[in-house]
Amino acid sequence: MARSSSEPILWTLFSAGGVVAALLVPVHLFLFGVALPLGWLRAPSYEHLMALAQLWPVRIYLFLLCSLPLFHWAHRFRYTLYDGLRVKHLNEVIFTLCYGGAVAGTLLAGYLIWSS
Amino acid sequence: MEQKPPSNTPIYTEFHPRWYRRHVSVYWWLGQRQYLKFILREVSSVFVAWFVVLTLLQLRALRVGPEAYARFVHWLEHPATIVFNVICLFFVIFHAITWFNLAPRAMAVKFRGKRLPEIFISAPNYAMWIVVSVGVAWMVLR
Repeated sequence: MARSSSEPILWTLFSAGGVVAALLVPVHLFLFGVALPLGWLRAPSYEHLMALAQLWPVRIYLFLLCSLPLFHWAHRFRYTLYDGLRVKHLNEVIFTLCYGGAVAGTLLAGYLIWSS
Repeated sequence: MEQKPPSNTPIYTEFHPRWYRRHVSVYWWLGQRQYLKFILREVSSVFVAWFVVLTLLQLRALRVGPEAYARFVHWLEHPATIVFNVICLFFVIFHAITWFNLAPRAMAVKFRGKRLPEIFISAPNYAMWIVVSVGVAWMVLR
């Protein structure tokens, strides 16, 4: 079975994504989703963010920030649907949609980050 | 080659017998706090995915130009977006805390033959969380 042999790598991606989601996502979300829109902090300029996003270490950082948490989501969401909603009979479809979504998001992130 | 079993033993077939199973409701996780916590933790992944969508939209707006980025920022300032992002932040922090508290159980570090207390593994995680968060904020805001 291709699926069971890919399980270790998928689990590694899940846990790497879990680390990224725990360490980095809260501060990003706090800044861009809450603190800056509410005017608690002085907003960075477009030029500053653009310059930052073009540095190559930041590009790699942004790529990992987008990609790994998607694989984290894919793994957890898949099991939430299997166990939480008890829809195990659909697991082929769920597997394809979850990891397909993660791969699509990764490709999109790569395109957005490296094409500018 | 059929074998006739002795009369006092059951006949085995390739098929499972119907066993008694209690029906588990779709809402099984509402019954207990632990189950609810488990489901909330699992659901946090949806908000993690939302964050990625948000970041992809931000990267796209940055790439298109200053006007597009201003529109994106304007959308972020909409009250509904803020409320949703606050809920999202709650779940993401919930994920972070459960993740850091789980780490000591996932890796059993031994020191001089004894297992280190959990706090020795989770505390550095929290310290790193603070350092990394301050670092990111400094890079973005400076």
